[in-house]
Amino acid sequence: MNKVLDVNGLKVTFKSFDGDVQAVRGLDFYLNEKETLAIVGESGSGKSVTSQSIMRLISSPPGIVEGSIMFEEKDLNEVSEKEMESIRGKEISMIFQDPMTSLNPTMRIGRQITEGLIKHQNMTKKEAFNRALQLLKLVGIPDSEERIHQYAHQFSGGMRQRVVIAIALACNPKILVADEPTTALDVTIQAQILELMKDLQQKTGTSIILITHDLGVVAKAASRVAVMYSGKIVETGTVDEIFYEPKHPYTWGLLGSMPKLDGSKELLNAIPGTPPDLANPPKGCPFVTRCPYAMNICEERNPEYTTISDTHKSACWLQERLAPDVEPPQDIFIRREDHAR
Amino acid sequence: MIRFLLKRFGYMLLSFIIIISLTFFLMKLAPGGPFTSEENLPKEIEEKLNETYGLNDPWYKQYANYLGSIAKWDLGDSFKSRGQSINDIINRSFPISLILGFEAILIALSLGVLLGVIGALRHNKAPDYVAMSVAIFGISVPSFILATVLQYVFALKLGWFPVARFESFTHTILPALALSFMPMAFIARLMRTSMLEVMNQDYVKMAKAKGMQSKVVVFRHLLRNAIMPVVSFLGPLVVQILTGSFIIENIFGIPGLGFEYLTSITNRDYTAIMGITAFFSILLLVSILLVDLLYGFIDPRIKVGKKEAH
Repeated sequence: MNKVLDVNGLKVTFKSFDGDVQAVRGLDFYLNEKETLAIVGESGSGKSVTSQSIMRLISSPPGIVEGSIMFEEKDLNEVSEKEMESIRGKEISMIFQDPMTSLNPTMRIGRQITEGLIKHQNMTKKEAFNRALQLLKLVGIPDSEERIHQYAHQFSGGMRQRVVIAIALACNPKILVADEPTTALDVTIQAQILELMKDLQQKTGTSIILITHDLGVVAKAASRVAVMYSGKIVETGTVDEIFYEPKHPYTWGLLGSMPKLDGSKELLNAIPGTPPDLANPPKGCPFVTRCPYAMNICEERNPEYTTISDTHKSACWLQERLAPDVEPPQDIFIRREDHAR
Repeated sequence: MIRFLLKRFGYMLLSFIIIISLTFFLMKLAPGGPFTSEENLPKEIEEKLNETYGLNDPWYKQYANYLGSIAKWDLGDSFKSRGQSINDIINRSFPISLILGFEAILIALSLGVLLGVIGALRHNKAPDYVAMSVAIFGISVPSFILATVLQYVFALKLGWFPVARFESFTHTILPALALSFMPMAFIARLMRTSMLEVMNQDYVKMAKAKGMQSKVVVFRHLLRNAIMPVVSFLGPLVVQILTGSFIIENIFGIPGLGFEYLTSITNRDYTAIMGITAFFSILLLVSILLVDLLYGFIDPRIKVGKKEAH
C-alpha cells in the first residue's frame, strides 16, 4: 500500500508568557491510500493541533511547528505559502468540528462551495455552480436547486455538516482531515454523517484522518487507530488490534470508559486523574500518575515503542521483557461488539 | 416589507411630533424673547412686534400654529433676518453642510476601516500600535483644537489650503478633516475589535483551509462579517457630524446649517430654531431607518420586517 502522508517527528510548541506549551511532542504516523486513520484521545491531547498543523493552519507566532509532513515528495512544513494555498482545499481538505460556526453566515452556500472550485479547478462560474449543485445532491441535501441560494442559518446542524463535507470534497482531495466531524451533532445525525463519509470515501477514494474522542465512531468508521495522550502517540494499530489486543494501559482506560450497551446499570467508568501540564512535560511516561500499573522506571524514562506486529506499536514499559505480566481488565472487551453495530 | 415600512413611518412620525413638541415647550420655558437684546426698544414697538409675530397669543394657539406650519413645511419667516424664510435658509445652507458632512463621513469611514483592518491583521505589532495611537489621539483631541491646529499648520504655515470660508473644493478639505477625525478614530477601534473577533471564527479557518489567499479571506470573508458594529455607529454618526459642524463651521466661517442654527439660538430666533430642529430630527430619523435597512442587506440573518421562518 502507498503512503499518501508520512509524518515524522512532528512537534508543535506554543509560546506563551508562562513559558512554552508543548502541545504535540514528537509524532510519527502515516496514512495509507484510501484508508481511514482515527486519531483518538481526550481533550488537550493534541489531536486538533495535529490536524491543523497538517493543513498548516497553526498561526506563527505563537505556534512553532517542527518535523516533517511528507505529502507527494513535498514537506508541507517547508513548502511556500503559495504552494500550500494550492494544496489546501485541493489535495488536502478539512472538516471542522462545529458546523454551526464553520460556514460563513453572510455568504450564500453556493458561493462557499464554488469559490474553491473556481480557484483550484479553473472552472467558470457556471461550471462551478453546476458542480456545486451536483455536490449538494451527492451529500444528500434535498431541494438543492433552492438550497444552493440560501444562507447557513437556514440549514439545520446536520445539513450544515453535509454542506461542509460537500465543500471539503469539492475538488476530490487525496486526503480529508476531519476534526471531530460528528461531535457537535445529535446521535442520530452522527450515524448519518459517518455513513455519508464512508460512502463518499468509497466513491472518491479519499484517505481520511478522523480526529475523535469517541471510540464508538472509531469502531464504525476507521481502519487504523492512533491513540494520543499528552502530545504523543502511545499506541497505534489496526482497529482490530486496538480493540482486541490493546497493549497500553491508557488504551485500556479509554476502552473501559465506553458505556456498556447491554442494559446493565453501572456507573460510567473514568480514568482517574488529569493529564500532565504540557508547559512542564514529565521526563518519564506522561501517563505514570494515572496508571494503575506504574513501575519505578515509568517515572524515570519515557518508554520507546515496542513493535508488536507490522501495524501495531505501543509505548509502554509493560512490553519490556523484564516487566511483570499484566492482563488488561476483561470487561473492556465486551464493549466493542456493542459499539460496532 | 411594505407593512414594515409603513409601521416604521408611523413610529417615525410619532417620534418627530414628540421632538418638535419638546423643542417648542423648552424654548417657551427659556427666559427672554427674540427682541430682548435690542437696546432701548420702546414698549409700544416691542408690543407691536410681538403682536405681528403672534407672540401674544396663548401658548396653545402658538403651538397649534407651529404644528400647522410644520405640517405644511412652511417654516415661516425669520424673526431676525428680515424677509428671509426659514425654508430659504435651509435650502441655502444645508447643501453646504451636506457636502462637508459627506466628505467627512467618507474620510472617517474609509480611513477608519483601513486603520482597524491593519490593526487587526498586524495584531500586537508595530502597525497595530501606530494605528491605535492615531485612534486614541483622535478620540482624545476635541475637534475644535484639531481644527485650529490644522488651520495653523496647513493654512498659515504651509499655505497649502485656505484658512477659512467656503468657496471651492480646497476650502472643504481642512474642515472635513477636522470633522472626520473623531469618528474615524472611533470606527478604527470598532473595526479592529470586531475584526479580531471574526478572525478567530471557524469559517475564517475554513476559508483558509479551502486554499483561499489571505487577501481573499480578508476581503471576501472577514470584512462583511466584521463591519456590523461600524454600521450601527453610522446612524448616529451622520447626525453627530452635522451637529459637530456647529463648531467646525463656526471656526472655518462656513455658512452651513450648523452655523445658522447656532446664530439662531443666540438670537432667540424662534422660527429658525424650531424649523432647523425639525429638519435635523427628520434627518436623524431617516438615517436610523436607512441603517436598519442596511443591516438586513449586509447580514442575511437579520431579516427586516419579516418574522424568522423557524
